[in-house]
Amino acid sequence: MEWLVALVIGVLTASGVYLTMRARTFPVVLGLTLLAYGVNVFLFAMGRLTIGHPAVIDPAAVNYSDPLPQALVLTAIVIAFGMTAFLIVLALKARSELGNDHVDGLDLAEDEVPLKKNAVTRAHEKYLKLIKKKRKE
Amino acid sequence: MTLLISNLPIVTLLPFFGAIFAARASSYNRVASAWVAAIVTLLASALLIPSSLAVFAGETVIQSWSWIPAIGLEFAFRLDGLALLFACLILGIGLLVILYARYYLAAKDSMGRFFAYLLIFMGSMLGIVLSENILQLLVFWELTSLSSFLLISYWQHRQDARDGASMALVITGGGGLALLAAVLLLGNIVGSYNLSDVLAAGELVRSDELYLPILILFLVGVFTKSAQFPFHFWLPHAMAAPTPVSAYLHSATMVKAGIFLLARFFPVFAGTPEWTWLVGGAGLITLVMGAYMALFKHDIKGLLAYSTISHLGLITLLFGFGTHLAAVAAIFHIINHATFKASLFMVAGIIDHETGSRDMRKLNGLFKYMPHTAVLAIISSAAMAGVPLLNGFLSKEMFFEQTVSAVYDAPFMIIVLILVLLAAIFAVAYSLRFIHDVFFNGDSIDLPKTPHEPPTLMRIPVDLLVLICLAVGIFPMFFVAPMLAAAVAGSLQAAPPDYSLAIWHGFNLPLVMSMVALALGVVVYMLRDRLFKWHDRRMSDLDARIIYHFIYNSITTMASAITRSFDKGSLQNAIAWIIGTAFVAGVIGFMSVASPILGPRELLPVDGVSIAAALVLIGASIMTVVFHQQRLVALVMVGVVGLIVVLLFVKFSAPDLALTQLSVEIVTIILLLLALHFLPQTSPKELGRLRISRDVIISVMSGVGVMVLSMAVMSRDFVPISDFFLANAVPGGGGTNVVNVILVDFRGTDTLGEIVVLALAGLGIYALIDGLKLYAPAHDENGLNWCEDNHPPIMQALTRLLFPLMIMVAVFIFIRGHNLPGGGFIAGLIAAVALIIQYLANGISWTAQRLRIDMHWIIGIGLLIATFTGLVSMLLGYPFMTTTYTYLTWPIVGKFEVASAFVFDLGVFLVVVGATVMILVQLGRLSDTSHKRQQHLESK
Repeated sequence: MEWLVALVIGVLTASGVYLTMRARTFPVVLGLTLLAYGVNVFLFAMGRLTIGHPAVIDPAAVNYSDPLPQALVLTAIVIAFGMTAFLIVLALKARSELGNDHVDGLDLAEDEVPLKKNAVTRAHEKYLKLIKKKRKE
Repeated sequence: MTLLISNLPIVTLLPFFGAIFAARASSYNRVASAWVAAIVTLLASALLIPSSLAVFAGETVIQSWSWIPAIGLEFAFRLDGLALLFACLILGIGLLVILYARYYLAAKDSMGRFFAYLLIFMGSMLGIVLSENILQLLVFWELTSLSSFLLISYWQHRQDARDGASMALVITGGGGLALLAAVLLLGNIVGSYNLSDVLAAGELVRSDELYLPILILFLVGVFTKSAQFPFHFWLPHAMAAPTPVSAYLHSATMVKAGIFLLARFFPVFAGTPEWTWLVGGAGLITLVMGAYMALFKHDIKGLLAYSTISHLGLITLLFGFGTHLAAVAAIFHIINHATFKASLFMVAGIIDHETGSRDMRKLNGLFKYMPHTAVLAIISSAAMAGVPLLNGFLSKEMFFEQTVSAVYDAPFMIIVLILVLLAAIFAVAYSLRFIHDVFFNGDSIDLPKTPHEPPTLMRIPVDLLVLICLAVGIFPMFFVAPMLAAAVAGSLQAAPPDYSLAIWHGFNLPLVMSMVALALGVVVYMLRDRLFKWHDRRMSDLDARIIYHFIYNSITTMASAITRSFDKGSLQNAIAWIIGTAFVAGVIGFMSVASPILGPRELLPVDGVSIAAALVLIGASIMTVVFHQQRLVALVMVGVVGLIVVLLFVKFSAPDLALTQLSVEIVTIILLLLALHFLPQTSPKELGRLRISRDVIISVMSGVGVMVLSMAVMSRDFVPISDFFLANAVPGGGGTNVVNVILVDFRGTDTLGEIVVLALAGLGIYALIDGLKLYAPAHDENGLNWCEDNHPPIMQALTRLLFPLMIMVAVFIFIRGHNLPGGGFIAGLIAAVALIIQYLANGISWTAQRLRIDMHWIIGIGLLIATFTGLVSMLLGYPFMTTTYTYLTWPIVGKFEVASAFVFDLGVFLVVVGATVMILVQLGRLSDTSHKRQQHLESK
């Protein structure tokens, strides 16, 4: 069972790290979310795996799981949520300030293929033009 | 009398608090901040008086409080004669400078900023001289560097002010680092950081093998601060400061801080050949070079700057002699230099203020315009030159006497004698130039303003200082002897040697030297035109600043070259570097231990359901990566991963985590969905094969690394510290759910910190979204409009029905949390989900009408409750966050536990609800406002 959990941690980490290194903000946020899962499970596993012995005091219980990593991970989950929320809002702010969602503020990086124009992209361009016009006025 | 137990720290800290008031006061009235500064200075002086009586009676006043005993840091203050002398100079000259500056500053200069900086600087200086703990002294030492930076760069719009300030900061800050090293080594040898212990351990320090390194580090600190060769060059450039700043920093305070340390640590370091060579050598070079350079400066402040350097060299040289009598002369000259130099700087400021120029080639014949000022300047310059009946003469005589007696001890010291005489001759020459060139010598050449006498009150500080020069010079026994004796005793930590302060010592060698210096000084001044030409031809290229700039530029160029080679301005690269480095560090860590990767612990058996769940998780995780350009798909996959993680927690006996993860999962996905509305639905395709393969390699390696690491841990047995928590949860915390007891009781302070972080994240997001203008598409990528039916009636009806039920579940989970899985975090998230669902199903305006609670308040009240429960235990005399519990018997419910941790958990609950709801609703609102704004835009 330990191997299985270790594998899960490894896959979560690898996927998280790969997405974190992407060029657009939304995948980066997803990557950090996955990485947070990986880190939480990793921290949790530091207390070793126990099946069927929750850390709730019971005179009949013979064994307990380690409660300390659980307490640490519990707050880590909530903090990770706070961090994800902050990051995604930061990404929104960046898009509003820069007009794009590239991590370095580029409209299109050298190694990217431009997106096909569709109804949304056309509407966005129209919107940007409107804003520009309004600012001039 | 309680005030007298703690008056020294109050004296030191008073200016810092005063600075706040001074800064505020200027917004009411321009002059008010000057008043604040003056009152603070007077108050501090008054507070010092009672203790100074004890000092004159021969006591050393020490007031100390334990601060961080583990590193030997005490909050400790000390007042002895030396400290008192410096405190008097700092406060006395400070007061005069405040009065002077009030008239000096122009209408466009910010008074509040000036006096706030000045008070911070004054407090830092007082901290240096009054500190008993040398670590604490260092803190104030650094504060003087920082506050002098602010003062020198006061006219921020001027390039020379900014350059001069940064140079002063680099040099004195660098010296501060050396001093830190010296102090740490010193404390290590002595075994204490308290000055009383260090001063008593002189023998021990001098015989230690680290004596020389410590001495050098110490002297680097001292020399940089006191502008001694080869670190002297920052001082002339600091003259870009307003003149009151120069008068204060370069007469009595900043540059005297280094000298103060020489006097302070005299009993610890002095008396060895190393001390004599290093201190005496630097002092001698500085003395001669400063005196020579001063003559050739055409700027009056430049002349005074180099003369200051020269006089500081004189004092350093005297300390370098290492004898007790020389120390007496040094301390005496500290007093005299402070008075005549402060007055001279003030005169320079008056001239600058009233004529608009500081160039001695333009300034001539000012005597007829400002005779009063001219007389003051003549007296102070005469004191600087060492003319009899003035204070400068007395200490200079003592200085000559010491030099002569040094020659008796070692004949080769005759070179020193000659150099000293040379410096004295130049001192007379530049003092004469300051007077003759400025006040006489024909008429001024095209001055920007017509000169006249300054306002009377601006001149009063100079009047007073000149009066002191005369008083000390004519009646030394009456005006300065007690102070000097006390200061010498404080510096030497021994009874002062026999010395005489009389004006007439008979016709002896020092007197002859004075006469020769005066006579030859006049001759040198007469020959000045030829000397100027010679200097311009031969010596004008010599400038230590060139070397400084070379070193400074080399270091910054190298630093930016290294940074540029890593950072190409791309976040992707930066992250790759960080993760790659972490991986390498981890591998090195593994390699350095010679034990097998896997341990002997017995592993748990695998079952089919677990394998299936793990496969789903792994599949979803990989799908997230593969489909990351299709953002909605990727987000759904992340949701799947999160839910399987919930099952993992359920499987491995962590019900609290499972509940938390489940509710967080819901909130996170809603949040990301809301945000995705404002972002492109797809990412552009990437072509960079090289980058993709690099990233794949890095991520696979990290994944494998983390996997091996977790396996290495999980396959080993260990002794957890958790047995303590398991054993004490019920008797100590009164709850059977150990995880919750840890959160709200054992590690309550941690939890408090965490909810503060959550609250800050919520507030930060609120601020970020507030006023944010984003494009929100009105249709999907195929141009189809969104569904018109925003709030389906079935969902509305159902969620409204469910709402009370969900709140009840939250309350239930909250109450049982102390004993069974649950608690404030989980209950808070459930309640937040209940509220958010109402917003989703019924719309923001509908819900906001019915739920008229500002989430800021919920967060605030939650934090207050949590902090308050911690403080109550302090009020009752227990450490912060101590909890208690008892059992009540209620009707129907029966025996019921009441724990104070419960109240704390309520705070956690409120913060979680408030922050979560605020974040999501704020994002939702953004969508509403964006659509409305766009409609408005398009309709125009």
